[in-house]
Amino acid sequence: MTPQSLDLVGIGKSFDGADVLENIDLAIRPGEFLSLVGASGCGKSTLLRIIAGLETPDRGSVAIGGRDVTEADPSDRNIAMVFQSYALYPHMSVRQNIATPLRMRRLPLAARLPVIGRLVPGLGATRREIASAVEDAAEALQIRPLLDRKPAQLSGGQRQRVALARALVRAPAAFLMDEPLSNLDAKLRAHMREELAGLHRRLGATFVYVTHDQIEAMTMSDRVALMEAGRILQLGTPAELYERPASLSVARFIGTPAMNLLPVEIDGAGRISGLGRDLGLEAPQGKRGPATLGLRPEDLRFVANGSPARILRTEHHGADRYVTLEILDRSAPTLTLRQRADEEPIPGADGTVALGFHAGRAHLFGADGARLVLRARRQVAA
Amino acid sequence: MVAALRRLLPHLLPHLLPHAALALGAGVMLLPFYWMVLTSIRPPAEIFNVSLWPIPESFAGLANYARAASQAPMARFMLNGVIVCAGILVVQVLTAVPAAYALAKLKFPGRRLLLTLVIAALCVPIQALALPLFVGLAKAQLLNTYFAQMAPFFLSVFAIFLFRQSFRSYPDEVIEAARLDGFTEMEICWGLVMRGSLPALAAFSVFSIVAHWNDLYWPMIVVSDTALAPPPLGMLLFSDAESGADYGALMAGAAIVTAPMVLCFLIARRHFIAGITMTGVK
Ligand SMILES: Nc1ncnc2c1ncn2[C@@H]1O[C@H](COP(=O)(O)OP(=O)(O)OP(=O)(O)O)[C@@H](O)[C@H]1O
Ligand SMILES: [Mg+2]
Repeated sequence: MTPQSLDLVGIGKSFDGADVLENIDLAIRPGEFLSLVGASGCGKSTLLRIIAGLETPDRGSVAIGGRDVTEADPSDRNIAMVFQSYALYPHMSVRQNIATPLRMRRLPLAARLPVIGRLVPGLGATRREIASAVEDAAEALQIRPLLDRKPAQLSGGQRQRVALARALVRAPAAFLMDEPLSNLDAKLRAHMREELAGLHRRLGATFVYVTHDQIEAMTMSDRVALMEAGRILQLGTPAELYERPASLSVARFIGTPAMNLLPVEIDGAGRISGLGRDLGLEAPQGKRGPATLGLRPEDLRFVANGSPARILRTEHHGADRYVTLEILDRSAPTLTLRQRADEEPIPGADGTVALGFHAGRAHLFGADGARLVLRARRQVAA
Repeated sequence: MVAALRRLLPHLLPHLLPHAALALGAGVMLLPFYWMVLTSIRPPAEIFNVSLWPIPESFAGLANYARAASQAPMARFMLNGVIVCAGILVVQVLTAVPAAYALAKLKFPGRRLLLTLVIAALCVPIQALALPLFVGLAKAQLLNTYFAQMAPFFLSVFAIFLFRQSFRSYPDEVIEAARLDGFTEMEICWGLVMRGSLPALAAFSVFSIVAHWNDLYWPMIVVSDTALAPPPLGMLLFSDAESGADYGALMAGAAIVTAPMVLCFLIARRHFIAGITMTGVK
């Protein structure tokens, strides 16, 4: 099966009068790994279930490979889904679980009945094909030794693999995954992340991946759709989301530690002042008023001549060090600075440091939260 | 020894007391059965002896059981009972399982109302419906048939309610995975959801079979032909017609009739108890 595109146009959905999705447009390219990220309750699962056909949208349309499937049954969409709880059939062995999607598609109803199904003639070749497809899928996920166990006899990570094998056994038009790694421990999660990315490369299939973990989204995806309250705030590559967040909400969500946000003021000439001084930055004309300046932790730095600050705490994260700072004499929020562990902080004479930032990498957001163009008058400002 | 017991007693008492109370209750429930078995092996002279001593002065069990078996068509009664109970159970399950599945797992307008109706219907006793049912069956010329004995029980709201409670705990994501894989709703209903609730099926089967095997009220209304009578009605007709006051033989007959129920429970006991505790129905 060649990978298929998924096109969502104007999707809207409400439950009991509450809007859960509002006018979602999303064009997913064939073979793309797209993540839907967002806080809990923002409608990610609902959107995924609408693509799968498990939920009907109130408005809008869904197309798979250019074919409108808005009204089609889930089984007619040729889509595989991996659920957060794995959703394995509890009474079937691993082998039967993996075989089920193929049996349901290739065998007629009579042949699927328990016991008597065996007596339906002329299906030997099909049954052998199914058996060998199951073996191949099990091989791909290294679960051959588990084939005769029941789901209840497997660990969480093993169940996860079985669920993946069941999804990929029938070469679907697209894979939908709803937080498939959230029940695994941190180490296994990192490992499965790698394996999923590898699987995507090998199969070249379209993946739609739901997660509330931005690291998962940023590490595996070709593109990320960041959702909030039933809307897509920004759709772009992980680098675009990180380097050019379209709004304050995106800036807040993407990046750990989170972006530092400073309240600033834009004057009539577009000059930006904050921390009690002119920061040497310029906003577009006509945007005067309060605004927010965003600074990534790695864009903060210790300089010889900057805003005086005091170090509150230092956290060591292997190669990196996170330094939490407090600007002296200001009601500014505490800031986080990230530096390489081999760099020395520069303590000032009286135990304080002078803080500066990389002006070319600062982000400016207007009072409404939208991104504003920012121009630096000097390279390093403070 | 006594001192040790006195020391232990305060600790043991809280454990022993509930068991003692339950044992007493069980004793009260079992007494009539014990009496039945006792009477079935006593000779006529000892019938009205109030002693509970298990060994009669002269053992008349063989004679009583032989009389019961020879004078009444016991096998016929039992066969009728099997036909009626099996017919009722099969149709009850066939109708209740899809209804319970729909109420537990499908979204459709009016679902809450229908569930309310099911619960309301639980409160309607068969006695309230007896007259219209009887008139209807009489008009349809169906009195004195197996069908008349079974028909009023084909739709069991109790079964719908019990299965719904059990089905509700079946994981929705498995059902959704099945829909994606191309299972039909009937395959999901029977092959997955019912399959996951076998203890509830066992529990309901025991309830249903015991209730209808022991039912005297309804067969008495619609059946007068001995050849169609289920065991309790058969026993009644038999005691009227043949035995007069032969209580020994009567009780022997009753013991024979009860035996399959006891067996049925013993076989399904584990599932039955699991089903009762699982569904929270007592
Ligand atoms: N079947 C339903 N009936 C009523 N409300 C629902 C239903 N399904 C989802 N919702 C509501 O829709 C909103 C979005 O739910 P959804 O499951 O899509 O969130 P999510 O982004 O997947 O969250 P999470 O990360 O916690 O899984 C929630 O407020 C939820 O309460
Ligand atoms: Mg979700």
